[in-house]
Amino acid sequence: MTELHTQTLAELSAGIKAKKFSSVELTRHFLNRIEKFDAELNAFITVTPELALTQAQAADARIAAGQASVLTGLPLAHKDIFCTDGVLTSCASKMLSNFVSPYDATVVARLKDQGVVMLGKTNMDEFAMGSSNETSYYGAVKNPWNLTKVPGGSSGGSAAAVAARIAPAATGTDTGGSIRQPAALTSLTGIKPTYGRVSRYGMIAFASSLDQGGVMCLSAEDAALLLQAMSGFDERDSTSVEMPVPDYRTTLNQPLKGLKIGLVKEFFEQGLSEENAKPVRDALAVYEQLGAQLVEVSLPNLPLSVPTYYVVAPAECSSNLSRFDGVRFGYRCDNPKDLMDLYTRSRAEGFGSEVKRRIMTGAYVLSAGYYDAYYLRAQKIRRLITEEFAAAFQKVDVLMGPTSPTTAFDIGAKVDDPVTMYLNDIYTIGANLAGLPAMSIPCGFLGGLPVGLQIIGSHFAEAKLLNVAHGYQQVTDWHKRMPERYA
Amino acid sequence: MSLTRNNVETIARLARLAVTEDEASSYASSLSKILHLVEQLNVADVSAIEPMAHPLAGMVQRLRADEVTAVDEHEKFQRNAAKVSSGLYLVPKVIE
Amino acid sequence: MIQTSNDVMTWETVIGLEIHAQLATKTKIFSGSSTAFGAAPNTQANLVDLGYPGVLPVLNQNAVKMAVKFGLAVGASVATRSVFARKNYFYPDLPKGYQISQYELPIVEHGKMDILLEDGSTKTIRITRAHLEEDAGKSLHEDFHGFTGIDLNRAGTPLIEIVSEPDMRSAKEAVAYMKKIHTLVRYLDICDGNMQEGSFRCDANVSVRKVGAEKFGTRCEIKNLNSFRFIEKAINYEVARQIELIEGGGTVQQQTRLYDPDKGETRALRSKEEANDYRYFPDPDLLPVVLDDALINGIRASLPELPDEKAQRLVREFDLPAYDASVLTASRELSEFYEQVTALLKGDAKQNTKLAANWVMGEVSAALNRDSLEITESKVTAEALAVLLSRINDSTISGKLAKEVFEAMWSEGKSADAVIEEKGLKQITDSSAIEKAIDDIIAANPKQLADYRSGKDKLFAFFVGQVMKVTAGKANPSQVNELLKQKLAG
Repeated sequence: MTELHTQTLAELSAGIKAKKFSSVELTRHFLNRIEKFDAELNAFITVTPELALTQAQAADARIAAGQASVLTGLPLAHKDIFCTDGVLTSCASKMLSNFVSPYDATVVARLKDQGVVMLGKTNMDEFAMGSSNETSYYGAVKNPWNLTKVPGGSSGGSAAAVAARIAPAATGTDTGGSIRQPAALTSLTGIKPTYGRVSRYGMIAFASSLDQGGVMCLSAEDAALLLQAMSGFDERDSTSVEMPVPDYRTTLNQPLKGLKIGLVKEFFEQGLSEENAKPVRDALAVYEQLGAQLVEVSLPNLPLSVPTYYVVAPAECSSNLSRFDGVRFGYRCDNPKDLMDLYTRSRAEGFGSEVKRRIMTGAYVLSAGYYDAYYLRAQKIRRLITEEFAAAFQKVDVLMGPTSPTTAFDIGAKVDDPVTMYLNDIYTIGANLAGLPAMSIPCGFLGGLPVGLQIIGSHFAEAKLLNVAHGYQQVTDWHKRMPERYA
Repeated sequence: MSLTRNNVETIARLARLAVTEDEASSYASSLSKILHLVEQLNVADVSAIEPMAHPLAGMVQRLRADEVTAVDEHEKFQRNAAKVSSGLYLVPKVIE
Repeated sequence: MIQTSNDVMTWETVIGLEIHAQLATKTKIFSGSSTAFGAAPNTQANLVDLGYPGVLPVLNQNAVKMAVKFGLAVGASVATRSVFARKNYFYPDLPKGYQISQYELPIVEHGKMDILLEDGSTKTIRITRAHLEEDAGKSLHEDFHGFTGIDLNRAGTPLIEIVSEPDMRSAKEAVAYMKKIHTLVRYLDICDGNMQEGSFRCDANVSVRKVGAEKFGTRCEIKNLNSFRFIEKAINYEVARQIELIEGGGTVQQQTRLYDPDKGETRALRSKEEANDYRYFPDPDLLPVVLDDALINGIRASLPELPDEKAQRLVREFDLPAYDASVLTASRELSEFYEQVTALLKGDAKQNTKLAANWVMGEVSAALNRDSLEITESKVTAEALAVLLSRINDSTISGKLAKEVFEAMWSEGKSADAVIEEKGLKQITDSSAIEKAIDDIIAANPKQLADYRSGKDKLFAFFVGQVMKVTAGKANPSQVNELLKQKLAG
């Protein structure tokens, strides 16, 4: 039998169904691997072995009773940004290092309902603010492909856990690339669905108009399975879309002949070396062989994505994080001398420096006298960019390009320069600003480090994205490669 | 636009963040870099553009029925609070 | 106490009010927590109200409908598209560190409200806007070992903030306007109007300027006034303070002030001394509120008759004096009581309207005041009062005896007919009985008769009194008058 940890969710699901192994056995296998490898990876903030085994037993009972769904009994890790009832939900911040959520996020509850087993909560950049998983209060996460490199961020713990096969899949969130960029840097399939497709209820907010939950896993088929269960209308989220969720698996195998792929000119011009571009161009050639047609498209304002994002996201975050005041939950400083002291010290001691930097940036761009020059202007450019995407989708089915300008970089290399760090998200931010679904899939290696291909679709075109990714994965095996150390 | 240490101290106060002098200097430098990045936005002509607050155009607010769905769970919720007494959250004395 | 300036006539007071009316919804504006008043601390604050990480707001449809109702009732334009924004500031009773409110695109704009001035003329106060927002919690400053206690039960209660133009020129006008809005929201059934519980309160923006000046003076905002009496006192104090300050060579600082009812003074608020920078921006957790014409028209069609309309109708149709009409329509419950009484009376509508008005404004109001009751708690119901007044109309009892009957009804809870029967108060309208009584009295008082006939007209009252005495007040007064005149004339 193939090692359990090298299998996709689809394969594991079939194995459970065929009674080759139980959920408890499967869960134990991954818990053992976490035990063995997580000390060096630091992918988890919290591991919940007892809860996982209890859930696995319940799943086995459900399977025995013939009431299993395709996901029942499969283990998974949640990014520590999702609230989990009765379990520490830290958002990788000292601020919430004592926070036991009294409720489940909708995403968590929906997967629980399917009988999915939670292995634990994964490390991340503090409050999802970062592109390297170095801002975590719980320490940096290591890239399983090279332990001196970052796994990307902010969903770096989820990325490292799945890449090292200590979890078969994990949830993530993507505000500016936080699923796609780490997926690219660790050779995973990651999808950020359309804004509004997955409920944000219980997902601790960073930038509300950009945040979207998604998954990181080993194949487009797995992504389809998980997204299916996570998606759909939630009456507790006003921005959740009331629209039926299609069965993503039924369209995975549609032929790609005639697919029109838009190559975003600005992606290839901006900050991308020819060396880094090569795996992406090779992938495009594969699509051509599959019958797709490549069309160059231009989105002239797309290069303004990063500056637009660094106004909109901090503005929203500065407000979203005001609730952390040391009163009702979270860190509270010792012996506050007055109310102001309670606020300023609890927040200064509870938040890390990148979070504070973004809160201050946000407070500044919203403040009297600067609102029009920064915030309002950014909102207008956000519309320009969105309209350019919409125009491009009049001509093509999907857009493609690189996910990240570079492969995984050294831990510590960019921590002192926020702007250089921000430019990691140069290709991913556009989809967030426009609310579009986007994926990253493995498409090769450079110097032993993974490279990702980004696929962006029009609103609610998740099925198309998954189909396009799956088609590629049927004729390539990049997504099956795994770091030797964890094979 | 470059920010001074004083600017940072004002913003930090607005955002209720204590900063030391050294931190303020350091933030002044990094925030100035970020604002410099953001100033690229000035190249675009946005005179005729409507601001966009939400990525899904045309979606409107759903309205909830006015029905009580919450139950009293204050004891559970207050387990996360640092200081409570008789069901109240406590903060240092507020002088109005 | 500040001395009022001799020069006061040269100063003009300018007042604008921001009225906060809690909407009478069952649940909060963005959560399914109950809004019932008086629950134990924090037992009606769920995760949304507490601003827990990850939770999101969903808008209560009744809050929206009630705001629309208000807008239509003040002749405002109701926005088919309005937007919620975040007002960012830190305060312990504000759990999220921002208040969800409306800023650039409020749900109601450009309304107006007429007030009756002391000289009997009418003045229109313009309403700039009314927006939906969430209320904050409460800080309890009683000493918890040097701490302040926070109760978030009120947090998230829906409010409309009704902002007027600075159109009022005296504290009395401000009170008149506030009372009119108070009446209106209760007519509309969108706010219980309970000022003691804070359901209805206001902030007053007060400034002074020289009469004839075009520019407004620097204003001060007096926060959280929750009684009509305090509003008047606080504004008058503040006006005098500002005038004295300016006349003493100083300048008014724009600031937020608090009225201390014990001292009768306003003082600057310490906690808000810092200039606020609220950093408003559209709330990304909420989408634009879009209302279609069908909804707005449906609400328009469901509006009750408004107090001003009702008062005008009473004047127009029944010749009721304007003052009476305004008193009787001052609350929905009072006007309903009054109209119920008139509806049950038969005969001349104009006469009945006046009769009912006199009784409701007279006996009923006096009894309510005496027992500190609301009209809805009246011990004599509208139906019972109508029966009593019918007995006056059909001459069963005199108006004077009716008051006695009313008192008995009030204290003993009996019907008018039962009291009349029990006490034998039924009026004597049988002329032969009255004649007999008169004859007996004339026979028993020959001296008075002689004096009367020799020109002492005043003795007529003596004879009336005697007749009433022997009939225990039950003789029909007009019949007594008529028959006495005949018989005395001889």
